[in-house]
Amino acid sequence: MIIYIPTPLRPYADGRDEFEVDAATITEALAGLTQAHPDLRKHLFTAEGGVRAFVNLYLNDADVRYLPEKLASKVSSTDTLSIIPSIAGGCSPGLAVQAGAASPHDIEANEHGYQNEK
Amino acid sequence: MSRLQIPQAEYEAIRAHGEETYPHECCGALLGRPTAEGWKVEAAVRAGNTRTDSAHNRYNIAPVELVKIEREARRLGLGIAGFYHSHPDHPAQWSTTDFAEAHWLGCSYVITEVAHGRAAVTNSFLLAGATEEEKRFEQETIAVDEESIDTELS
Repeated sequence: MIIYIPTPLRPYADGRDEFEVDAATITEALAGLTQAHPDLRKHLFTAEGGVRAFVNLYLNDADVRYLPEKLASKVSSTDTLSIIPSIAGGCSPGLAVQAGAASPHDIEANEHGYQNEK
Repeated sequence: MSRLQIPQAEYEAIRAHGEETYPHECCGALLGRPTAEGWKVEAAVRAGNTRTDSAHNRYNIAPVELVKIEREARRLGLGIAGFYHSHPDHPAQWSTTDFAEAHWLGCSYVITEVAHGRAAVTNSFLLAGATEEEKRFEQETIAVDEESIDTELS
């Protein structure tokens, strides 16, 4: 499958805008990507190993958070995985100036995150 | 200081977008190519604001719309250079919300103040820093067409 790398992450992937990987699941595909480009890891994952809340993953046109198997979803060689950091803001002063500050988006991400329900 | 180059037509289009959606915030993406000085914008793409609950002071672009915008950029041989949005009756300065929600490191965030329905000051801020934890906004020059102008502080 092909993983599309967004503008901000290309400096950590040797300037590449896409990465081809043989993988059976989304988790395997991301592992292949970060093994080839280890500097990407901290941009995609938290210290605990979860996908950062502001990182959106789309398998073709489907939000991975809402797939039944989430990151364990099976993939084929013709699938594409898009990495899309969220884009939001506004003149409302409601959020604290703090990297990784909680936001409505983060809350939504946590509620409907990438981990399968236990 | 980095520099955002943008064609006159695209510059006017993003300001007009803010006037059209007033008193709500508009938003969209900027497609372009990187240069040694900063991004050179070649196209501005309008996006929908999904924050209909608070559209007067918040914006959000649906990720699936971004997937499609990036797909189109790729087809054109361009990259996502940054994003734009408007601040209705609010200065063209980044807010704490803008900062907290900014995650496209190395990209430009263009903000237009729309005062009483008319586009006023437009500023651009580069999201600098190597990581999410080190990120910061740095104001940059906006060069419209070939003529370079310093962005105005409001």
